[in-house]
Amino acid sequence: MQPKLGLIGWLRWFWRQLTSMRTALFLLLMLAIAAIPGSLVPQRSSDPNGVSQYFADHPDLAPTLDKLQAFDVYTSAWFSAIYLLLFISLIGCVIPRTKHHFQALRSKPPTTPVRLARLSGFTEGEAPAQTDASAAITHASTLLKSSGYRVARFDSDTESSVSAERGYLRETGNLIFHGALVGILITVGFGGGYGFAGQRVLVEGQTFVNTLLAYDSFSPGRFFDDTTLDPYTLSLDDFSVSYEQRNLQAYGQPIDFTADVTVTPKGDAAEPGVVKVNGPLRTNGTSIYLLGNGYAPTIKVTAPDGAVVFSDSVPFLPQDANLTSLGIVKVPDGLAEQLGMIGFFYPTQDKAASGANFSSYPDLEYPLLTLNVYTGDLGLDAGVPTSVYALTTDTLTQQTGGTTGVDSIELKPGESAKLPGDLGTVSFVDNDPAASAVGDFTKSVPRFASFDIHHDPTQIWLFGFATLVLFGLFTGLLVPRRRLWVKATTRPDKTVHLEYAGLARGDDAALESAVTALADRHLKLLKTHQPVVATPEST
Amino acid sequence: MNLTDSALLNTYSLYALYSAMAVYALAFIAFAIDLARRSSAVDAIQAADLIEMDTAPSAGFEASAASTLTLKRPVLSRISARIDNDAALPYGRSSSLRVGVALTVLAWAVHLAATIMRGFAADRVPWANMYEFAMTGTLLIMTVFLIVLVRSDLRFLGTFVTGLVLVLLGVAALKFYVEVAPLPPALQSAWLVIHVFVASLATGMFALGFALSTVQLLQSRRENSELDDPAGASAPRSAVASALRLRFLATLPSSATLENLAYRISIIGFILWTFTLMAGSIWAEQAWGRYWGWDTKEVWTFIIWVIYAGYIHARATRGWRGSRSAWLAIIGFSAVMFNFGVVNVFFKGLHAYSGL
Ligand code: HEM
Repeated sequence: MQPKLGLIGWLRWFWRQLTSMRTALFLLLMLAIAAIPGSLVPQRSSDPNGVSQYFADHPDLAPTLDKLQAFDVYTSAWFSAIYLLLFISLIGCVIPRTKHHFQALRSKPPTTPVRLARLSGFTEGEAPAQTDASAAITHASTLLKSSGYRVARFDSDTESSVSAERGYLRETGNLIFHGALVGILITVGFGGGYGFAGQRVLVEGQTFVNTLLAYDSFSPGRFFDDTTLDPYTLSLDDFSVSYEQRNLQAYGQPIDFTADVTVTPKGDAAEPGVVKVNGPLRTNGTSIYLLGNGYAPTIKVTAPDGAVVFSDSVPFLPQDANLTSLGIVKVPDGLAEQLGMIGFFYPTQDKAASGANFSSYPDLEYPLLTLNVYTGDLGLDAGVPTSVYALTTDTLTQQTGGTTGVDSIELKPGESAKLPGDLGTVSFVDNDPAASAVGDFTKSVPRFASFDIHHDPTQIWLFGFATLVLFGLFTGLLVPRRRLWVKATTRPDKTVHLEYAGLARGDDAALESAVTALADRHLKLLKTHQPVVATPEST
Repeated sequence: MNLTDSALLNTYSLYALYSAMAVYALAFIAFAIDLARRSSAVDAIQAADLIEMDTAPSAGFEASAASTLTLKRPVLSRISARIDNDAALPYGRSSSLRVGVALTVLAWAVHLAATIMRGFAADRVPWANMYEFAMTGTLLIMTVFLIVLVRSDLRFLGTFVTGLVLVLLGVAALKFYVEVAPLPPALQSAWLVIHVFVASLATGMFALGFALSTVQLLQSRRENSELDDPAGASAPRSAVASALRLRFLATLPSSATLENLAYRISIIGFILWTFTLMAGSIWAEQAWGRYWGWDTKEVWTFIIWVIYAGYIHARATRGWRGSRSAWLAIIGFSAVMFNFGVVNVFFKGLHAYSGL
């Protein structure tokens, strides 16, 4: 055997195997199985903290799993291999079928089988006296055509028949369905590359300019060009939350989050907008989603000489449903030592029997801020980026709280306290002192909202392909494709014998009733046309 | 609505739900009695066959074969009409079957009332947490079953469907019950109405498909054992069938018919599931800013979709038609139940709507 032929032969064999129905089925089942681990083990893409936690909880197992890409299942080599093979198989399967289908669309229904009796719904009967076989078939043709069948006629001396087929849309739908799946894969695979996703936290009153540096985090797609960012501004004017207060079973459950914003396109007039959970704001080619919120207590640190060395509303991250929140303040400059503070904020402070503070309600009923003070080296000078939400305490000395023997600083809005070691003063600034004076703290602490800002030019394509998938499914699964035959045989005694039968091509629940209904209608037609008027042949 | 009215309505809803469960239980018993009667009827016929065997060895199951003989009628004759029930031993509707169906309809009406009252008590659609989802989901399973009954005689599935609904409702009422609570902002969307409703409807279809596929598997075992042992009546029936007292299978449609029915119902489920998946991604885009993120619930929705795509392919693959494809439908529905029962409660993810 020639080696070259052998190779081609082998490739051919491989291709035939790959594009066979059996392989498609095998790959589909493999895909289902391969998707399971991603639901059992946390995934970096959706739950990065879960992955860190998993490493901490299972130090022996985690590295091995990581080698197997178990934390990135859906981008792993093995998962990708399965779906890529599946789609190659799909394309290899769909192309010849499309060709074949185009031919079928242009060709006539096949010759009437000699023996109809073996086929589905076979029905036979005698035509009314004096019926002409050919005319009877002409009537049958007309009937079939009016029900959407494509027909072909076959006549001989003693026998006339019509062969009819319908439901080409079934195969068309099937091909559209498989084609649209390829469309979705390509759109998802490449489309994501043209967009970006960024996050930004805004405290009430703050404004953000849609530029690369203004994002807290930014992940561009592979093909995204930063210079195409549209530099509009987004201001958070007001963030309002309403809590359930009537229903005691759900007391304190948030029932609405609304961010009132102002968007100002470059060189254009400002326009008000609203961002809600489930209600993104679509503006300037981006979508703005509301994904988180919390309190941002305004904290001021003053040096002993009266100079303000820190003054900011610091977003505190919510820790529980009643918004006990955790925040970090770092003051690197202006004081005798670098200062770090870990703060807890309780919108409605309460004390447990153990003496520990907790929040008993998420709204601002009785706000309290507690601060643990650290001094020393904040580690900011090393040039390594550090998170604003974390304080590395290794190089710091704790001055209040914990085991220091000094109570944590506790502040209500508007109060100030001396920092230990005569470092200066820390104040919890009240945003609405007049109301607080009469016991209404609801505006004393500003809120923050965290926004996700996305740009994805391909979603409209996805939507289009998804619509095609549904259309393809409906027609590919529900349109019956069938062949029907009507045959009229003239007997020596001039009576005409009629036969009807059908053949399903794919699942067809109504085939037999279609045959019998056709027979009934045809016979009725023949009877009403007595005596038969010769109709012109229409092939 | 004020709070006391809402609480009162919710209490009525609970009473109604427990009443519906009681009536479903009675219906279940009636359906079970029907199956038992079928089994004993089969025994009786077989005993009669044994006597006949001596005189007419081929008399076995001519009852059904008769319909395939050409019956010359005056004008038209049909060799085969549309056969819904091509059972080996056709068996009419026993009185217990009728009672079972009537009780099911009654229980369904009370179940519907319970669900509607819960919706009014909460002032929104009654499918926003596991308890409500189970209540509405089972109502839809039952609705699908009753609607299908009008078109095809699947009354023999009554034991299965009432049994399944009873178990699910029992778990929901005992384990998942939560008081009426307002919708959290993440669920305040028109997509809650569409996405979850269609998912429940798909689940209803898959449940029936699952039941039919299970019966299909049992039936094809029976048919195979009959092939191995053509004398049939003379020797003990398939060991499995008799051990499980499943002789009533002879009164149910053939495995081929069951397979077609299962397929037709499952593909409707598949189309609805495809829509569920798509509507879910549209909602996810609005609520979470991305249309697909491999959240655990998304993963399982995808797995279920792929399994049923496999099922459809299996039916068109040589060697996979019949029992193998039936297994896929069974695995598919198990995944649906897993997605609802286990993923919601024990897995962590964004779909934290169980309310538990
Ligand atoms: C991502 C992979 C695939 C998926 C999700 C998929 C899904 C489906 C679905 C849902 C159907 C029924 C819908 C309809 O008829 O319109 C179907 C039918 C079909 N598919 Fe696929 N398919 C895939 C790949 C393939 C491949 C690789 C082949 C060829 C080897 C193939 C061949 C067929 C055929 C022949 C049918 C018609 C079956 C019948 O008439 O019952 N598919 N597919």
